[in-house]
Amino acid sequence: MNMDVLVIGGGVIGCSILRELSRYDLRCVLVEKEEDVCSGTSKANSAIVHAGFDAKPGSLKAKMNVRGNEMMGKIAEDLDVDFKRNGSLVLLFDEADRPALNDLYEKGIANGVKDLRIVERDELKKLEPNISDRVVAALYAPTGGIICPFMLTVANAENAAANGAEFIFNKEITGIERVSDGEHAHHYKVTTKDKDVIEAKYVVNAAGVYADKIHNMVSDRKLHITPRAGEYELLDKEAGGMVKRTIFQLPSKMGKGILVTPTIHGNLLLGPTATDQDDKEGTGTTAVGLETVRDKSALSIKNIPYGKVITAFSGLRAHEDGGDFILGETEEGSGFFDAAGIESPGLTSAPAIGEYIAMLVAERAGAKKKENFIEKRNGIPHVAKLSKEERAALIKERPDYGVMVCRCEEISEGEIVDAIRRTPGARSLDGVKRRVRQGMGRCQAGFCTPRTMEILSREAGIPMEKICKNRKGSELLKEGY
Amino acid sequence: MERHDIVIIGGGPAGLAAAIAARKEGIKDILILERDRKLGGILNQCIHNGFGLHTFKEELTGPEYAGRFIEEAKKEDIPYRLSTMVIEITPDREITYVNREEGLVTIKAGAVILAMGCRERPRGALNIPGMRPAGVYTAGTAQRLTNIEGKCVGREVVILGSGDIGLIMARRMTLEGAKVKAVAELMPYSGGLKRNIVQCLDDYGIPLKLSHTVVDIEGKERVTGVTIAEVGPDRKPIPGTEEHFECDTLLLSCGLIPENELSRSAGIEMNAVTSGPCVNDRLETSLMGVYACGNVLHVHDLVDYVSEEAALAGRNAAKFVMEEAQANQTASGDEIKIIARDGVRYTVPQILSPSQMNDKVVVRFRVADVYKNKAVCVYYGNERVQRIKKKVLAPGEMEQVIIMKKTLEGVNPDSITVCLEEQ
Repeated sequence: MNMDVLVIGGGVIGCSILRELSRYDLRCVLVEKEEDVCSGTSKANSAIVHAGFDAKPGSLKAKMNVRGNEMMGKIAEDLDVDFKRNGSLVLLFDEADRPALNDLYEKGIANGVKDLRIVERDELKKLEPNISDRVVAALYAPTGGIICPFMLTVANAENAAANGAEFIFNKEITGIERVSDGEHAHHYKVTTKDKDVIEAKYVVNAAGVYADKIHNMVSDRKLHITPRAGEYELLDKEAGGMVKRTIFQLPSKMGKGILVTPTIHGNLLLGPTATDQDDKEGTGTTAVGLETVRDKSALSIKNIPYGKVITAFSGLRAHEDGGDFILGETEEGSGFFDAAGIESPGLTSAPAIGEYIAMLVAERAGAKKKENFIEKRNGIPHVAKLSKEERAALIKERPDYGVMVCRCEEISEGEIVDAIRRTPGARSLDGVKRRVRQGMGRCQAGFCTPRTMEILSREAGIPMEKICKNRKGSELLKEGY
Repeated sequence: MERHDIVIIGGGPAGLAAAIAARKEGIKDILILERDRKLGGILNQCIHNGFGLHTFKEELTGPEYAGRFIEEAKKEDIPYRLSTMVIEITPDREITYVNREEGLVTIKAGAVILAMGCRERPRGALNIPGMRPAGVYTAGTAQRLTNIEGKCVGREVVILGSGDIGLIMARRMTLEGAKVKAVAELMPYSGGLKRNIVQCLDDYGIPLKLSHTVVDIEGKERVTGVTIAEVGPDRKPIPGTEEHFECDTLLLSCGLIPENELSRSAGIEMNAVTSGPCVNDRLETSLMGVYACGNVLHVHDLVDYVSEEAALAGRNAAKFVMEEAQANQTASGDEIKIIARDGVRYTVPQILSPSQMNDKVVVRFRVADVYKNKAVCVYYGNERVQRIKKKVLAPGEMEQVIIMKKTLEGVNPDSITVCLEEQ
């Protein structure tokens, strides 16, 4: 396979870059080691769009955060992704820490964050009635938001595919070799674990926690990424109204603090912890971690109904030793581009990183923008959200939108069929879940698992015994006796 | 708008029994709405025997028990729609449903009977740490895959929770050739029926580890093992008691939750203990003309009681339809609250109206712990009127007391209390 650009990694960063690359007359392919996009860090994070007051002024994190935040509104509209600027608050618990709150405000102003202000207790209580009585004041950033990270990733991937980009799944890259094409030209020969070879003029490294490994295959300036685990608890939608805004805690002697936020779908999310580890696959939760999440959440918000927790999960942040994003060509003219060390605010920065890296690649390749670029993507209709008239009309057109499969989230067979038939389409239970939220409700897929497996088997032609939760090896059934 | 005298939401054992009872009262226009592809509900996947001892005086399998009711419903020519999901009930009893053939339809009901059943508590609600691999199933999902789809969900199994479905699945998986290594139960007693512990665990040599829970789940792709630990009186794991089991499957049987999304969105008053609607002795909810029965009302142990309760709801709904809505409204002065306390977790019903009650009202309840040599007592106001000695009471088994209408005549207590006392 000969391509212009090979993007490694199908997370929100890889998919955002791919979508931006697909604006240009370049032949692009994305290679992902898992069975689907959005299978690593992008699937397990805080799902928030940061305002941008946190990062060090002048850093790439600060620039990309503020730019990404600005871009998110249009991206979400173009790609039909649920997004809301619900605002965020950083809580001050102790007057002694007020200088730190003021510093944060100043940092935000320096980074160009709009509409920032400090609110005192009385106003805060009005904004968020459930806030702890211990809170003194807060930094308020109305531009903070919440988004569905699955949908943002999938939507970028689908739009890239609509614009000609290709996808290869289940291929882990084990070797990258720079091959000379004469004195001033070269390309990359990329080898996969199963000995497939893909050749490309340019390579983009968006491999998340593995971006150091990929980078170090071609560059002498070594990177080192530490997976930093963050544990979360997700509560039922009944608890989603506990807060309206994303509630952070000002880092203090009690530690870095964790957040309490509504999700874009109306659940309540608590977390994350922060534990450095060696294992790049270690996404297990721990008793200590989950207890920390609860204890710290209780500092911000009163009476969180922990009995309404429906699931807990852990995600890995790709923390590079330098502490900033690493964006750009490894060395002048190498044609190998990094988007590495993408930890928080990575999700927020994704559109900006996509735009920036694609521009660098296009410049290097001398590529031009296509005239027929498709800017918009229509999402899979969520039939339960439609008006009765619209829903009735849609079911008339496509009767499978009238067959309910997931009771809790009210997801129809038609939506699941769409999730499988689109490009790139779902091939696993998790892939369906991330696209249409089947199984994400309070019963956590108890009822809809058998039905969804059946639909997946029929639509994707996968025998029941081969249907996986996610990657190969996660088959849901065993061969019978 | 299409109109029916009685619309029943759910075609499982509760819905079917309610429909048949209403028909026998003379209601012609009944409609059952069922979300699954068949009538019978969860009984269809309960292929073990032991159903119907009270109702039919013989041991039936789940599908056989359901079959008797389905047959009768068909004989009575009661209409039903399958693969039909109700998405909304309004306080004035308009019901909106969707299905493949008709699309989205809103109908009007003279009376509504809620019979949606219950669902299983998922892993997240249990706060079990560890990885999230394939192979973690609720017992009921595994039961469906095994008994309806004919699939093998696992070969080496650990079960958390000793609810009845978990116990039944321990035996079922063993019969399928799997090795069930242990059943762990957080509480110091089982949540299931005694007979199921004997017939499903003891008979197969499967250890039941009381006061134990799962503290870790291993495996990136598929479950490779779980760690179990003993818990103290605070139900927290005791360090040093961990025991590791290699397995490919973890089944969860940790409680059932009545499925009341529709009831809640209709504004029906709910009971915090049962997670079901509050009902009076006619099994009528806080919405006039809307009745509830079966596991959507409170989780039952035996299906026989579901059928009995549902028949009562069916008869009362029929009466409501025939008497016209207005006349049936309970006069506010004629309501006695039934209070559960001292070891009695809840009662169903929670309200009794002496002027309209049947001659005999069954009040069902569950106890909060395992008790020995206690007495179940009923008080009218401050006066004790019943005292029933019990050798053993357990949370896994539903209990009942009977209130006779004649005993209330001339008494007019402001409340009725059901409680446990020393013998």
